[in-house]
Amino acid sequence: MQYDVIVIGSGVTGAMTAYQLSQYQLRVCVVDKRLEPAAETSSANSGIVHAGYDAKPGSNKARLNVRGNAYMEDVCRKLDVPFKRIGSLVLAFSDEEAKTVEQLYQSGVKNGVPGLRVIDANELYELEPNVQPNAVCALYAPSAGIVCPYELTTAALEVACAAGAEYLREAEVTDIQKTEDGFTVTAGGQTLTASVVVNAAGLYADHIARMVGDDRFTITPRKGEYILFEKSMGKTVGHVVFQTPAGGSKGVLVSPTVDGNLYIGPNANVVEHKDDTSTTWQGLEEIKTCAAKSVAKLDMRLAITNFAGLRATPSTGDFIIDSPVPGFINAAGIESPGLSAAPAIAEEVVGLVRASGRVTMTEREDWTGTREPVKRFREMTDAERAELVQENPAYGRIICRCETVTEQEIRDAIRRPAGARSVDGVKRRTRSGMGKCQGGFCGPRVVDILAEELGCEPTEITKFGGASYMLTGKTR
Amino acid sequence: MEKRSVVIIGGGPAGLAAAVAAKENGCDDVLILERDSDVGGILQQCIHAGFGLHIFGEELTGPEYAARFHAQVDELGIEYKCDTMVLSISQDRVVTAVNSKDGILTIQAGAIVLAMGCRERSRGAVGIGGTRPAGVYTAGTAQRFVNIEGYMPGKKVVILGSGDIGLIMARRMTLEGAEVKMVLEVMPYSGGLKRNIVQCLNDFGIPLRLSHTVVEVRGRERVEGVVIAQVDEKRRPIPETFEYVPCDTLLLSVGLIPENELSAAADIPINPITNGPFVDQSMMTRCEGIFACGNVVHVHDLVDFVTIESRLAGRGAAKYALGQRTDGAHTLDVKPGFGVRYVVPSTIDPAALSYDEKFLFRVSDVFTDMELEVKVDGNVVYHKRVPQAAPGEMESVQITRQLAEKLVGQTVEIGLRPAK
Repeated sequence: MQYDVIVIGSGVTGAMTAYQLSQYQLRVCVVDKRLEPAAETSSANSGIVHAGYDAKPGSNKARLNVRGNAYMEDVCRKLDVPFKRIGSLVLAFSDEEAKTVEQLYQSGVKNGVPGLRVIDANELYELEPNVQPNAVCALYAPSAGIVCPYELTTAALEVACAAGAEYLREAEVTDIQKTEDGFTVTAGGQTLTASVVVNAAGLYADHIARMVGDDRFTITPRKGEYILFEKSMGKTVGHVVFQTPAGGSKGVLVSPTVDGNLYIGPNANVVEHKDDTSTTWQGLEEIKTCAAKSVAKLDMRLAITNFAGLRATPSTGDFIIDSPVPGFINAAGIESPGLSAAPAIAEEVVGLVRASGRVTMTEREDWTGTREPVKRFREMTDAERAELVQENPAYGRIICRCETVTEQEIRDAIRRPAGARSVDGVKRRTRSGMGKCQGGFCGPRVVDILAEELGCEPTEITKFGGASYMLTGKTR
Repeated sequence: MEKRSVVIIGGGPAGLAAAVAAKENGCDDVLILERDSDVGGILQQCIHAGFGLHIFGEELTGPEYAARFHAQVDELGIEYKCDTMVLSISQDRVVTAVNSKDGILTIQAGAIVLAMGCRERSRGAVGIGGTRPAGVYTAGTAQRFVNIEGYMPGKKVVILGSGDIGLIMARRMTLEGAEVKMVLEVMPYSGGLKRNIVQCLNDFGIPLRLSHTVVEVRGRERVEGVVIAQVDEKRRPIPETFEYVPCDTLLLSVGLIPENELSAAADIPINPITNGPFVDQSMMTRCEGIFACGNVVHVHDLVDFVTIESRLAGRGAAKYALGQRTDGAHTLDVKPGFGVRYVVPSTIDPAALSYDEKFLFRVSDVFTDMELEVKVDGNVVYHKRVPQAAPGEMESVQITRQLAEKLVGQTVEIGLRPAK
């Protein structure tokens, strides 16, 4: 197949790039080695839209974080993705930490972070009565927000696909050859050609760059572990609560999620393998201990899951957004604050696509950038619910009891462009299985619905693609 | 708004028994709301025998036990709606529910009976680390896949938790041709019934390893194995005992939690020990006219006890709805004493008893040679010998007329002491 642009990777960077490219009359293909979008780094991170005070002034991270943050509200509105600008706090528990807070404030001012200020302990406890009582001051960044990273990614990809982009799943890129006026990309055994290739391959962006001879950087996986709590804990804090950073990480934080849960994490440990997203007993103990410095009231019996994600840490220390070879564009080393920066990164990538001069960027007249609104039964009024059930009775059948997700919402999630193909795919799009019972009740029913929609046997349904089969066969 | 004298939330064994009792006590317009596609609750997937010894004096399977109550419900002409999910209840007893046929239902109930049952604790709640591949299921989910859907969730199985569902599934998976490698229990004793350990593990040569847990799941796409460990007296894994066990499935039977999201949202006071509402002798919660019974109040071992308790709730709800409730003239608090974790009910009005009531409780540890004492304001009014007691088996004291007459005072305490 001949494309104008091939985007390698359907994480938030790739999806947001495809989304912004979809406003032009371009033949776009997104390829990913995984079955679902946001399957790796973009599914397991803090879900924070950072204010942008902690990146080094003048860096790509600083510039794109502040700009991405400013874009986020509008992007989320268009994509029908929940976003809450709840603000963040960095707590200082000693005079030394107070100095760090002051330094963060100064760099935030240089980075152009709006509304930033240092608040005293009194104001802090008014804002956050549940934090430990020995804080001396805090950095308050009202522009910080929270968003669901996989929902943002999925929504952006959906709009791109609705506008005609193709999505090639479980198609690992194994080779890229330069041709006279473009590239030949081998993905999942298929041969694709394109004028421009965007490398948004996350943890594997260094491998992809090497395929065109760019060996200036490496990507190191740096693991962060998390514990997620049930919604009854969701109001423990009202802001993203950081501790003062140490050792290149922003430290363990306590935060509500945009969906109303609470989480603690992440720690930061370099790991050997780029697929090692295991949590460890020691790591979970570490984040529990660290989080308790911020908030004492964390009842571990109310934890519903633990998980880990890998940061794609570049050897250069900054986002790599450039074109090392004509027509080949890196969006690499997108570690934190990559989610916050994603709309701004995509904008720069689109600028580089244009600057390559290899494709004609004609705008689509009908492009609005909006996603067809998602029907979310749990967020509706009873009157809206009644109307919806009348329109389609399958909206009246609750499949996920914990999160109140209906049968039709699950079917919608499968049928939408770039729709769900796995149990985790359904979970990330609808929240079915995200609640307290973690799929205990809805799991078998979701398998049935997937099999029915995809026209296959339940034994062919996977948790997240590959050989992650839910079932091993029929009973005797 | 539609009006009903009694609305029962949940059509499992608790809800069905409560509905029958409400009808028999004079309420003609009882309505059961059930979220699954049929009534019977979790009994529908419990196809093993062992139900009904106390109530029917014979051993029935789960579906057979449920069918007896289903038949009574039908005979009495009690209405039920399946595939109907209750979305909220209010303290003034308005029930809001949804289903495909009626859309949104809003019902003013004279009395409500909460009978939502319980759910299983998940992997995250017990903090098992490692990867997150396919092949980690709660025992109840696996039971549904095998017994209702007809599919196997795995072939080489490790089970964590020796609660009854875990034990039952060890046998069930074995009978279906899977290899059950072991059952692990973090406590130094089993959480299940003795008869289940004998019939489900010993008879099949499945080892039970006490004071052991799973610390890590391994495998990228499907489970490839688990790391198990012995635990110390504080239930912390001992690193020197870590051992890798290859398997493709991990089943969890690590506890049941009463499902009280509706109750909590309606601000019904919940006992933090049981995770169920506080109830009085007629199973009324601390909200007027809202009753509760079965596993939503406290997790039972035997469905027979659920039935007995639910009849009380159904009768109580009917009386309340008909304006015949006289309870509450003089109420005593009921509290757990030494060696007892909790007691149901938490308050009692001796004048309102029908003498079908029991004090139901669980002990906090394994005990031998104990004396059980019921004290009123510190004075022993009843005692009995307890040769053996374990947290896995619910204990009870029947509240006879004779005992009830002695319940004069402020506080009833139920506790153990070593036998002389």
